[in-house]
Amino acid sequence: MEGELKEVREAYESGKTRSLSWRLSQLKALLRLLYDKEDDIFKALEQDLGKHRAEAYRDEVGLLIKSVNYAIGNLRKWMTPNKVSVPLVAFPSRADIVPEPLGVVLIFSSWNFPIGLSLEPLIGAISAGNGIIIKPSELAPESAEFLARSVSKYLDDKLVKVITGGPDAGQKLLDHKWDKIFFTGSPRVGRIVMAAAAKHLTPVSLELGGKCPAIMDSLTNARDRKIAVRRIIGGKWVACSGQACIGVDYILVEEKFAPILIDMLKATIKKFYPEFDTLSKIINKHHFQRLASLIKDPSVADTIVHGGSMDSDKLFIEPTILLDPPLDAEIMTEEIFGPLLPVITVKKIEDSIDFIRTRPKPLAIYAFTQDEKLKNRLVSETSSGSLTFNDTMLQFAIDTLPFGGVGASGFGQYHGKFSFDMFSHKKSVMRRSFLLEYSFRYPPWDGWKLPFMRSVFHFDYVSLLLRLLGLKR
Amino acid sequence: MKEGSETKLGEDYKVRGGSAHIDGGEKMEGGAFDGARAAELTAELRRSFDSGRTRSYEWRAAQLKGIARMIEEKEADIMAALHDDLAKPQMESFLHEISLAKASCTFALKELKRWMKPEKVPASITTFPSSAVILPEPLGIALIISAWNYPFLLSIDPVIGAIAAGNAVALKPSEVSPATSSLFAKVLPTYVDNSCIKVVEGSISETTVLLEQKWDKIFYTGSKNVGRIVMVAAAKHLTPVTLELGGKSPVIVDSNVNIKVTAKRIAVGKWGSNNGQACIAPDYILTTKAFAKTLVDALKITLDKFYGKDPLESADLSRVVNDKHFSRLTNLLNDQNVSGTIIYGGQWDEKRLKIAPTLLLDVPHDTMMMDEEIFGPLLPIITFEKIEQCFDFIQSKEKPLAAYLFTKDKKLEEKFVQTVSAGGILINDTGLHFANPHLPFGGVGESGIGAYHGKFSFDTFSHKKAVLSRSFAGEASARYPPYTQQKQKILRGLINGSFIALLLALIGWPRD
Repeated sequence: MEGELKEVREAYESGKTRSLSWRLSQLKALLRLLYDKEDDIFKALEQDLGKHRAEAYRDEVGLLIKSVNYAIGNLRKWMTPNKVSVPLVAFPSRADIVPEPLGVVLIFSSWNFPIGLSLEPLIGAISAGNGIIIKPSELAPESAEFLARSVSKYLDDKLVKVITGGPDAGQKLLDHKWDKIFFTGSPRVGRIVMAAAAKHLTPVSLELGGKCPAIMDSLTNARDRKIAVRRIIGGKWVACSGQACIGVDYILVEEKFAPILIDMLKATIKKFYPEFDTLSKIINKHHFQRLASLIKDPSVADTIVHGGSMDSDKLFIEPTILLDPPLDAEIMTEEIFGPLLPVITVKKIEDSIDFIRTRPKPLAIYAFTQDEKLKNRLVSETSSGSLTFNDTMLQFAIDTLPFGGVGASGFGQYHGKFSFDMFSHKKSVMRRSFLLEYSFRYPPWDGWKLPFMRSVFHFDYVSLLLRLLGLKR
Repeated sequence: MKEGSETKLGEDYKVRGGSAHIDGGEKMEGGAFDGARAAELTAELRRSFDSGRTRSYEWRAAQLKGIARMIEEKEADIMAALHDDLAKPQMESFLHEISLAKASCTFALKELKRWMKPEKVPASITTFPSSAVILPEPLGIALIISAWNYPFLLSIDPVIGAIAAGNAVALKPSEVSPATSSLFAKVLPTYVDNSCIKVVEGSISETTVLLEQKWDKIFYTGSKNVGRIVMVAAAKHLTPVTLELGGKSPVIVDSNVNIKVTAKRIAVGKWGSNNGQACIAPDYILTTKAFAKTLVDALKITLDKFYGKDPLESADLSRVVNDKHFSRLTNLLNDQNVSGTIIYGGQWDEKRLKIAPTLLLDVPHDTMMMDEEIFGPLLPIITFEKIEQCFDFIQSKEKPLAAYLFTKDKKLEEKFVQTVSAGGILINDTGLHFANPHLPFGGVGESGIGAYHGKFSFDTFSHKKAVLSRSFAGEASARYPPYTQQKQKILRGLINGSFIALLLALIGWPRD
């Protein structure tokens, strides 16, 4: 490992990554990898997560292709220094903000979208001109192996490396000094990463998670209701069987609509999943046990209104709906990250706002409503990474929207230009000439200089002129 | 030395005089600011923030106007405190602290409405029809820990940013500048909303208990060592941090310059900035062996002109802040490998904590003076045969907060900008980039994390929330299982923008 890290550092110091052409060549190579190796990617995701190829394309490969194309199309613009104004007092001078790479960066990715969450930050890191080490999650081993095999074949193998391994490998990497660490995963490990980064004063971005609520208001139009339910399911089981950081964790609905909602959910689940062959499996036994134990307690199990069946060999948990499980049960205090969907009823839909506010800030909030007042209240009274009305998940696919958390859901944002910015240092550059010297800047600070400076700073040009002419002291 | 004033770092001491205001202006005299008090403080700030009062433009503007009034009305007191703490010359207090603080307030007031506006962004064809905005919102409650060298500015400037962004704030000024700290504790609460803006005085133990609380943002200005401690504490609560640290800011002086102006600008950036105790003051100079004499002569003439034959008597020089730093600096000079390289100055007065502007020529590279940030009136000049070696020398060290180059050679200038990484770069002058609110001010690598000033202050205390609105029209059933071949084709087209595929998808709505 030491040798690999040294190689990346030396290659970075050589200055190779600074040119637009190197960065474009890497992005284009990544694009080729995504096209050439699509089947291998599908296979790896199928093995790790039982992920259907349509989902693998929709959620990972397809989005990556979009992101790489967006970066290729905009990179020159992003790399161009940004001219900024200069205050009169500093005339004559010129000022720019010049983006430069941070150096050698470390990317930790998570197991649920193992290809997407490794390569999306990679796009940003390459665009910004860094040397890169990716450490994919060992919980998705086939995907990790795929990355280790393929990335070095297509990309510059001295500057972009994949290091596989378990927590030991991760810890060893953290002992080194990085110029930036990007982490996607759980808050527990996020804390460890940030504390390790602190030793070297390394900036970090943490993409964590949280309990993302979906608020279901009453919708007057039956067709809208149907679409809303489909979109909720699209944000729950269709997204890696609920194992998604922006997946719908639980629903909030007025108690009088809960039965209708639940019936509709049941019907739509049946339609989407006549068999469960397109449902992703739970990643491993550990998480399977974790999820099983969430509904073990009778006070929770009694609230199951649909599903509940499990197969530990197949790592299969049926889409399960619960109605008003106890709020202090773990299923309502911890991020579920699985195919269990609590439906929480409130008296009035506005009560959802308080419910959400009294809990840690999630990565996403979803609200299905046509009530403009409710929408405005949600916008100004809740805080989350993102807020989406009348759909789920899609904010992830928009390059112009920053993607990241706040509070317990993390900090730092990426996607689109935000990725480029996240892996860059915005260096201020100011240039002056030797012309035009103001003697009042310099000691000795005789009595007249301070009032003079006051005039300058008050933009009191008349005073300034008088003083310059010696007509005022 | 004032009786009872704490000037040594590392010693616990109880909070002095003014302290945390709890429940609307009640002063708690004496008594320790312990963990329980810190928890109460954050709880109160959180309650105030949750009430929503900091969100409105009116509230934020009122606070900023209050601060502007405070700077205006209390100017004499501020200057007196700065003189107490640092023997800071009036001109410097005005130039570097008061006017910059005022300008920051004015700029924020002028721009605030614009900064607060949501930014509409184009959504993509994949999600059509939809509309997307990026909405800035406050992070919540912010802890601002400031430094002793520009104790007024470095406290109030981040506070201005935090308030502009709509946060509630706790300010912990440095105890090493006790007069300014005490000024904040007494005066700031009378100009702003106390329930949301608080000052906590204290030293290590008070700072420690503050850091144990959960904040939504921590903004720290100071040393690397404490910066690490702050970040480790923040990690426990996953709190984002901005660390404004320091480093050895180098100055390369080429032979192709206006030497008189160069010498003046270096001198004012060094000794005219709190006598070298500034994070962006030139730390050391690099030049060619051939040019060294010209540069040294010009510096000597400039220093004579600025501070006279007896600089220890000049009123235009700040003193060293305390005994600890005084010893640190004199030790650097007393190093047997260093003392022989002094070519100008080198005098000091321990009683008045004054050290004269001192030039040193070719200090050995492996001395402490060339390893640690100097933060004082000592200026080593390191020479090399070729100017390129100066560049290499900078690259061999940690990235500094600022890097300076004096040259008329455009090619050299470009090379410097492209290859030297620093928080900020200034060509042919020193320090000025700090005053430009359009430039982000912050470090990189060991010189810091994050930036502020102008809109960057607002941004550093904000969360940019993505808000996406979709309608129920435009339903693409291709998103959902069961995944037929047809659906997969549409999906591919949709995500990667094929118009025909989009058409197919469009035919799919408004029906199922």
